[in-house]
Amino acid sequence: MSTIFGIPAPALYGQILIGLINGSFYAMLSLGLAVIFGLLRVINFAHGAQYMLGAFAAYLLLNWLGIGYWPALILAPLIVGAVAVVIEKTMLSRLYGVDPLYGLLLTFGLALILEGAFRYWFGAAGQPYAPPQQLTGALNLGFMFLPIYRGWVVIASLVVCLGTWLLIEKTRLGAYLRAATENATLVQAFGVNVPLLLTLTYGLGAALAALAGVLAAPIYQVSPLMGSNLIIIVFAVVVVGGMGSILGAIVTGYVLGVLEGLTKVFYPEASSIVIFVIMAIVLLVRPAGLFGREE
Amino acid sequence: MSSAPLLEVRGLNAWYGESHVLHGVDLDIREGETVTLLGRNGAGKTTTLRAIMGILRRREGVIRLRGKDLLGLPLHKVAQTGLGYVPEERGIFASLNVSENLMLPPTVAEGGMSVEEIYSLFPNLHERRSSQGTKLSGGEQQMLAIARVLRTGARIILLDEPTEGLAPVIVQRIGDVLVALKKRGMTILLVEQNFRFAKKVADRFYLMEDGRMVNSFPGHELDARMDELHEVLGV
Repeated sequence: MSTIFGIPAPALYGQILIGLINGSFYAMLSLGLAVIFGLLRVINFAHGAQYMLGAFAAYLLLNWLGIGYWPALILAPLIVGAVAVVIEKTMLSRLYGVDPLYGLLLTFGLALILEGAFRYWFGAAGQPYAPPQQLTGALNLGFMFLPIYRGWVVIASLVVCLGTWLLIEKTRLGAYLRAATENATLVQAFGVNVPLLLTLTYGLGAALAALAGVLAAPIYQVSPLMGSNLIIIVFAVVVVGGMGSILGAIVTGYVLGVLEGLTKVFYPEASSIVIFVIMAIVLLVRPAGLFGREE
Repeated sequence: MSSAPLLEVRGLNAWYGESHVLHGVDLDIREGETVTLLGRNGAGKTTTLRAIMGILRRREGVIRLRGKDLLGLPLHKVAQTGLGYVPEERGIFASLNVSENLMLPPTVAEGGMSVEEIYSLFPNLHERRSSQGTKLSGGEQQMLAIARVLRTGARIILLDEPTEGLAPVIVQRIGDVLVALKKRGMTILLVEQNFRFAKKVADRFYLMEDGRMVNSFPGHELDARMDELHEVLGV
């Protein structure tokens, strides 16, 4: 069997793939967090809960209504996005003028309520969610076997990240969003309905989290705490990439996912802390993050 | 030129937090007129523009445009009444290129300049249309800030110290642009410290002191009132 640096090649490839999968979720989730933070200046602690809601929406659509994976990929983000719009309109929007800490506390409280409620209804154990028929099985790539669903997740997340990046960098709506991130008052004085823009942005961020949740359901199972397990790492990713940086969130998400996978191969003991060690080093050397602008 | 004012401000009071900064400001601008606010730093000129636009929210009094009350409107509805705002700090967005900055403000009425017209008026902007907005020189950023509101069809432009910190040759160019805008029938409310510049374009002057309008006079009287102005303005 061939080895690379004394590691069997299939083990190495396998961990890189797992790293890419995890990185896909880090990237999609930190992207939504970055967009929300950039414009609303809210650190959305409910992001993990919204990811969990996306997975549960898919699970419940299937088990209650018989609606399968493909429609759920559209419907779950719409449902969770709509919930987020209501949250923004009724609660979050009241906190824009005050210390950002209040937004953090509100979303943290919402996350606890949502996760507690789902644990009460469905128990802490994970519920299985089968991947769609078309994406079962594995491909033989020659050097390794690739489970088709995992390959699909990597590709889908790349498409989602690229699409979001294009929406923000290349469209008129994205120009409003970027400009309002810099100076919301002036953009509103030009006649743009900034309050509506804030609502839509929060809805979009939550919908992205929910989409990630649907993609994750067949891999990680559907459990009330699936988001809170992930969200701490995702916050570290956002800090490393630079708060509010879109590109930073995407690139850092994938890179840290792969680095974490590689650590599992070369020094497994450190694999659960490597991202936080990197975060600490980045904070020491570049407090604004790798892609952040110093203020 | 009709005699009823296009923009009418009556007894305008405004506050920054607890601090009362405008004390009963009265101001009239007729259609097609260029009116200049003079006054020391801190006299309330910029505040008056910000209060009219609705950026400064804590206000009392009357602000009417074509008889329509602006005071009750949310900020994003004010521009749609035909007001275009060019802030003192210019407000060019760093994360947008020149062309995106130019296209940013939504159209508020028919009859705005086309992008081609704007680029022929400001050839520099066309050359640098793909550059990051804040990479432009100060003069070019000022041109961009003005150009941006010309595209929207706004008929009244609130222009805050457009010549501040700019080289004389650029000041000259901006003066030419304002004269061209006047010819097109644009109504302009200008805040300006530079007398010579203001004299070239202003039909009337208002003099502000400590958040109050203390005097107003037609443009041609500027020279005769120089001594009085120097005293109030401390220049």
